[in-house]
Amino acid sequence: MDTESTHSGYSYSSRSGRSNRHGRERHKAGSSKDSSRSERSVVINPPDTPSQDSPVHNGEPLPGEPTLAADHGEDAQDDNWGETTTAVTGTSELSVSQEEVVGLGKGIQDRTHSFRRYLPLAVGLCVGLLVLATPLDFLLLPAVMWPDRLQACGAACEGLFLSIAFKLLMLLVAIWALFLRPGRASLPRMCVYRAFLTTLTLLLTMSYWLFYGVRILDPQDEDYHGIVQFAVSLVDSQLFVHYLAVVLLQLRQLQPCYSVCVIRSTDGETRHYNVGQTSIQRAALSILEFYYRDFPLHNPSLLSAAKQRAAKHLAELKVYNVDAPGNAAGAQPANGTQSRAMASAAAAAKRKDSAHNELYYEEADYERRVRKRRARLVVAVEEAFTHVRRMKKEDERASPSDIMDVHEAALAIFPSMARALQKYLRTTKRQHCHSMENIQKHLAFCLTNNMSPKAFLETYLAPGPTLQYGPERWMADQWTLISEASVTSGIKQGSEFLLRCLDFSLAVTVKSIPYIRLTEEYIDPKTHKFLLLLQSETSV
Amino acid sequence: MSYIPGQPMTAVAQRIEIQKLRQGDHLILGFSIGGGIDQDPGQNPFSEDKTDKGIYVTRITPGGPADVAGLVMGDKILQVNGWDMTMVTHDQARKRLTKKKEDVVRLLVTRKSLEKAVKQSMSH
Repeated sequence: MDTESTHSGYSYSSRSGRSNRHGRERHKAGSSKDSSRSERSVVINPPDTPSQDSPVHNGEPLPGEPTLAADHGEDAQDDNWGETTTAVTGTSELSVSQEEVVGLGKGIQDRTHSFRRYLPLAVGLCVGLLVLATPLDFLLLPAVMWPDRLQACGAACEGLFLSIAFKLLMLLVAIWALFLRPGRASLPRMCVYRAFLTTLTLLLTMSYWLFYGVRILDPQDEDYHGIVQFAVSLVDSQLFVHYLAVVLLQLRQLQPCYSVCVIRSTDGETRHYNVGQTSIQRAALSILEFYYRDFPLHNPSLLSAAKQRAAKHLAELKVYNVDAPGNAAGAQPANGTQSRAMASAAAAAKRKDSAHNELYYEEADYERRVRKRRARLVVAVEEAFTHVRRMKKEDERASPSDIMDVHEAALAIFPSMARALQKYLRTTKRQHCHSMENIQKHLAFCLTNNMSPKAFLETYLAPGPTLQYGPERWMADQWTLISEASVTSGIKQGSEFLLRCLDFSLAVTVKSIPYIRLTEEYIDPKTHKFLLLLQSETSV
Repeated sequence: MSYIPGQPMTAVAQRIEIQKLRQGDHLILGFSIGGGIDQDPGQNPFSEDKTDKGIYVTRITPGGPADVAGLVMGDKILQVNGWDMTMVTHDQARKRLTKKKEDVVRLLVTRKSLEKAVKQSMSH
């Protein structure tokens, strides 16, 4: 039986739908990042076959899917389609596996990413060149095409040349400053205002070219002064469009309008920020920049205690109703109490009651352990710092083997505090954030800048912002914006959206800053007068 | 006992005669006064009307000359030896009561229970 197994989602005979599914399959594989990737394989299930155990249909015609019938009509020569068509899941040896499909998508995605990163720069460059070249062309073309009939350029006209030169220079610098910078982020959709401004600029330039072509090039106008003035007016209009660009792209979002509340889903860290009028994607970008600065590093190992409690709680709820003592062995609840139903129910209830007790004592115990370790660490570090001192003038007589540079000094005092530091980091579950080289580098930095032992320790005592740690913790390219409203629409009172990273997400709610009505009241300084209130009692 | 400034005031008054007691160098009467036009009338616990700036008896030494003479805590002093006490400062009141040359002070005092007693006796 020769069968052809093809990738799921393709059917050999439905060629008409093939290219569509091609694109859809690729798009789906490439752009979705959610965790339910296991349901990706598609099974084509003919309606009257109950099971799909064997993917091969031996000579039986597949029942009517209309596309198959239609294509069968087209493909009159292919009579073997009943035997040669198979619908396969990922189990066939020739099918493409799930990881490879994802890899396909990713390959395309990487190429598109670098393309998307430089696209705004390329567009800006093209438009900028067009904008700069147009007035120069307006001036040069008459001199090139009909130089003999052109009126001589007087003093006023040559003054205008100067003005064009300086205005073009300012326009060049302004375009470079605003548009030709490398983008600091890659947003899901393009900025509406940028598109609008590009269109406006192109429209302006095109209409000027049109006018120039119809009224100046065609009749070969001889009034050069007028042409120069026309070119100057073009440069002025372009400068005004650039002013509009500054207002729309930069100034509009400066004034704070909305107060945004950001909550991290795993540990509930909350911060509030003020943002101005922006689109949802730009607001998400500024929130992420604040996130990297303000939120302490996300530490999944701190959440394991809560998960264990939740798991224990769930396990205790499995109290089986045991009728006969013989079934007790098979129906034991997970916490291993006695097999009698009532006893296990009672024990589960008692354990539920004491869960908060356990939590309280566990937390108190943890606090005490952390404080003990911290005390040992502080003492160890202070002692280590006393062993090293900056070299002074009178020490120049000392033997050269005693004089060390800062890295050697750091290496010398590091072992005495290493153990205490590592124990402390283990207790607070942050040992994976700091490597030995990092600690030694930080120690060298503190020694160079004459910092106290307390200043050196501060980095390790509290979790700092994410940027403080190495780039492997940043996960800067894993963010997904999930929003019901379109991400290029502006944020409004009551907008909500989600920013998801790999294993946590940031829930963002937007509220507008209230309209504040401030009134004034004038108080004359002469009205500040006081009385003395006495109540004395005299005995007579 | 409230009154309107400028208008005549009526009150049921009682005459009390107190003999000063000599204690060492001083002559004492055995009570304390509070109030006066330079004081804060709102803090006076004995006055009915909290704008009343008159002189009130705030404390009586038990067994002293004032107690023996029948002065009661909370009495408002209207006159001392003929001198008016309804419109005086605290210090002036103290001076009029503690004149070294006088052995006896004759007070005119008023209290709420006097009016009630008069009303009761009039209704009988």
